[in-house]
Amino acid sequence: MMLPISTLAVMETYQFSDPALELRYRKLSAELRCPKCQNQNIAESNAPISKDLRRILYEQLEAGSSDPEILDYMSLRYGEFVRYRPVFSRETALLWMAPIAFLFFGLGFLWFVVRRGVRNAGDETDLPAVSENLEPFFAKDDSKS
Amino acid sequence: MNQMKIESLQPRLRLFIPLVLFTLIAVFLFRALSLNPASIPSAMIGRSLPEFELPVLENERLTNNADLFGRSILINVWATWCAACVIEHPFLMRLADSGIPIYGVNYKDQVVGARKWLSDYGDPYVSNIIDQHGKLGFDLGVYGAPETFFVDANGIIQYRHVGIINEDIWTSKLANLFNGLEEGVK
Repeated sequence: MMLPISTLAVMETYQFSDPALELRYRKLSAELRCPKCQNQNIAESNAPISKDLRRILYEQLEAGSSDPEILDYMSLRYGEFVRYRPVFSRETALLWMAPIAFLFFGLGFLWFVVRRGVRNAGDETDLPAVSENLEPFFAKDDSKS
Repeated sequence: MNQMKIESLQPRLRLFIPLVLFTLIAVFLFRALSLNPASIPSAMIGRSLPEFELPVLENERLTNNADLFGRSILINVWATWCAACVIEHPFLMRLADSGIPIYGVNYKDQVVGARKWLSDYGDPYVSNIIDQHGKLGFDLGVYGAPETFFVDANGIIQYRHVGIINEDIWTSKLANLFNGLEEGVK
């Protein structure tokens, strides 16, 4: 039998009253982070705490809680840490903004490089200009002689 | 002559950009070496003890959160299956001897085994709450054992320590925190 490791790790199965609940269970258990093991979601982790959180997730789903209610219920106890997509706040601002900041930094850098390239391309004396740039590094200080 | 020196300064300075970048990254990463990714700040700090109504290990009578109010206490989450709890236990005995009230939460454990443990190793606890299914543990945000909560007289959780409490960490940090609980209430 060739089962993927992730299905082997999780031993228990739950019977859902509605297939839609099972879909939400899959989605939410992939989005909740195991507090003990840190780099696994609770769907893949076989730590006891993840098993507990899966059971609570199942109970909450069957009790009719909405997705935001369940995520709040979890993060109220374990902090934003348990969510792979934490709520935007002062603490998580850097986490959310860093990719955008890097994108703008990269775009700015690209713009700078391309613009310089265009300017140099318009210059017919391209090669001499480059060697002139390098000259200060190679040339000995003539002022002494 | 003078002008050439100034012109040559700029590209020369630019050569240092990689070094500056490297230094910045090195400092950032070096700092991260001393961070402990396993210490997650508790979401419970500054909040009241969760409500519960659970039997105590001694006589299975029901106790609730309000029974713990009135003085600063430690709440120690432990279990017989917890290997680190055995190591922590002797120091808890010493803390109890020095007059610090420690309540136990017997977390996802068997009553018989837990009683045997206490009679074998000694009992540092004022009282032990039986949390067989981990419901109280979940409400406290417990993710392992041992964990110790510092609770003030108003029942507000002021600090959570994850892992073993020993002499070193108690004298260097936790004793002050515990004494601070009393002052905060007054």
